[in-house]
Amino acid sequence: MAVYKKIESKSAPSSSLGVMHWMRENLFSSPLNVALTVLGIALILWVIPPFVKWAIIDGHFKGTTRADCVGDGACWVFIKMKLSMYMYGFYPAAERWRVNLAYVLFITVVLSFKYFKHALPKIIVTVSYFIVAYILIRGGIFGLEGVFYNKWGGLLLTIVVSVAGIAFSFPLGVLFAFGRSSDLPLIKSLSVTYIELIRSVPLITVLFMSAVILPLFLPEGVTFDKLLRAVVGLIIFESAYISEAIRGGIQSISKGQYEAADAVGLSYWQKTLLVILPQALKVAIPNLVGIFISVVQNTTLVMIIGLFDLLAMVQLTSSDSHWLGFETEGYVFVTIVFWVFCYLMSIYSDKLEKRFNTNLR
Amino acid sequence: MENKNDVIEIKNLNKWYGDFHVLKDINLNVKKGEIIVVAGPSGSGKSTLVRCINYLEQFQEGSIIVNDVELSDDIKKIKAIREDVAMVFQSFNLFPHLTILDNLTLAPIWVKKTPKKEAIKTAMDFLERVGIADQAKKYPNQLSGGQQQRVAIARSLCKNPSIMLFDEPTSALDPEMISEVLDVMIELAGEHRTMVCVTHEMGFAKKVADRVIFMESGQIIEENTPEEFFENPESDRLKLFLSQILSH
Repeated sequence: MAVYKKIESKSAPSSSLGVMHWMRENLFSSPLNVALTVLGIALILWVIPPFVKWAIIDGHFKGTTRADCVGDGACWVFIKMKLSMYMYGFYPAAERWRVNLAYVLFITVVLSFKYFKHALPKIIVTVSYFIVAYILIRGGIFGLEGVFYNKWGGLLLTIVVSVAGIAFSFPLGVLFAFGRSSDLPLIKSLSVTYIELIRSVPLITVLFMSAVILPLFLPEGVTFDKLLRAVVGLIIFESAYISEAIRGGIQSISKGQYEAADAVGLSYWQKTLLVILPQALKVAIPNLVGIFISVVQNTTLVMIIGLFDLLAMVQLTSSDSHWLGFETEGYVFVTIVFWVFCYLMSIYSDKLEKRFNTNLR
Repeated sequence: MENKNDVIEIKNLNKWYGDFHVLKDINLNVKKGEIIVVAGPSGSGKSTLVRCINYLEQFQEGSIIVNDVELSDDIKKIKAIREDVAMVFQSFNLFPHLTILDNLTLAPIWVKKTPKKEAIKTAMDFLERVGIADQAKKYPNQLSGGQQQRVAIARSLCKNPSIMLFDEPTSALDPEMISEVLDVMIELAGEHRTMVCVTHEMGFAKKVADRVIFMESGQIIEENTPEEFFENPESDRLKLFLSQILSH
């Protein structure tokens, strides 16, 4: 038998810390890893320098006409001259401040969320924002000149369709998720039918249906504008996917949570909204953001029913006879804009996940 | 058998899971302020029995009357019973997305419509009593198992229940944390609250129980005062059970 002294903690050996150690561990730990590192560096050298040369070193930024673009470099003059069309479509130049104001308000609303403690004021602020923004952009009352949807285009249309698509398909998705998890056979089977039906149809089909077939079922004289029909189609489509992401979250919650909520006396709705939904959403955040990003990208499909979103606008301007041959610049521009938006959403989702992470040790 | 003092009356209770007969002809009356310990091997139906009392489990035959209200599918009756019957679970079942304090105030604020300030005050009093008031702002997963179970007990006390059900409250705990939870339960036992505890802690049973019930294969085999239960077990099955759990 023996008794041992308490051993004090020491700091880790220096060979297991620092940049060199990180490189050895992550880049050169095995022959395969070394090969992949070399290959990766070669790929970067092969792609990046020519692109930088084309886009920046040889690129043309100054000027106002095609004649200002000579040589091999990218012609950013084209983008510069068409920028207002990309941002606003055919929205009248004198009224564009309304769109900009709506953007500024949007950012203000998002930033102000920090200062609200409860969900209810957030919801009220969000809903009133949508109403204000719609009035601002659509006009027609309060002395604002009416701007019909066929004037909307470019990034404005992309954002309107994305935001409306996400904002409405999310609550609908939550409803269907709980519908599908319900004990009531009627609600459950209705939800299952809806979700499975929509998920088995491509988005293009849904958009065509809402553009072409939906008006056939409406009584005579009732018409929706094309934009609204496209948005409704997108909402119908995306809500099915969102509901499945949320249902994944609901199913990850242990039976004990339901029982504890029952045992403390919460009603069905209290249990659902206060205990189950917050936990389900937390689990579903990565999937939900994935779907939201795909909503933004799917908005480019509205071009097939004759709406001019950012991508369609680029295609339209590329066929301008004064500016033929600059599609590449246009598509690079679209790529960058979509990348910025989608990446911002990813960052935001990361932040949300960290904020809601209560499994801290 | 009828007695005005009975707060729980279970009559000819039968329950099946599919074809499996989990509870067989259970008859049990619990008097106001009485402390009952239910023991038995795993799978004997003891957890199922206490879970029937606040209708977390439904049953096919027989009746349960709690505080003169007979359990049925009627949501109002279930609500009335759950307001007065608290439950502590084996796996704590705290709400992980809420702080300790919010876990305690959730039901008072939403179910009983208690003003927030008052709910917080009550909650802090109970946290003080179970010795974790300093952890109120933390989340459940930041606490040890023993602390979580004490929070769960405090949460169940917040609605000031007259009946408390314990479903193996110490079975999921590390050995060194069992006593801190039992201490809280022993303190509660001194308050004349009716308690029904499913537990393997025979020391607890000896100390505070008024009656100990032994269940096996879905039925009550033996029922006695703790002294008689441990000193003079009658049935062979109870003798075997006691020899198994007390042998070391």
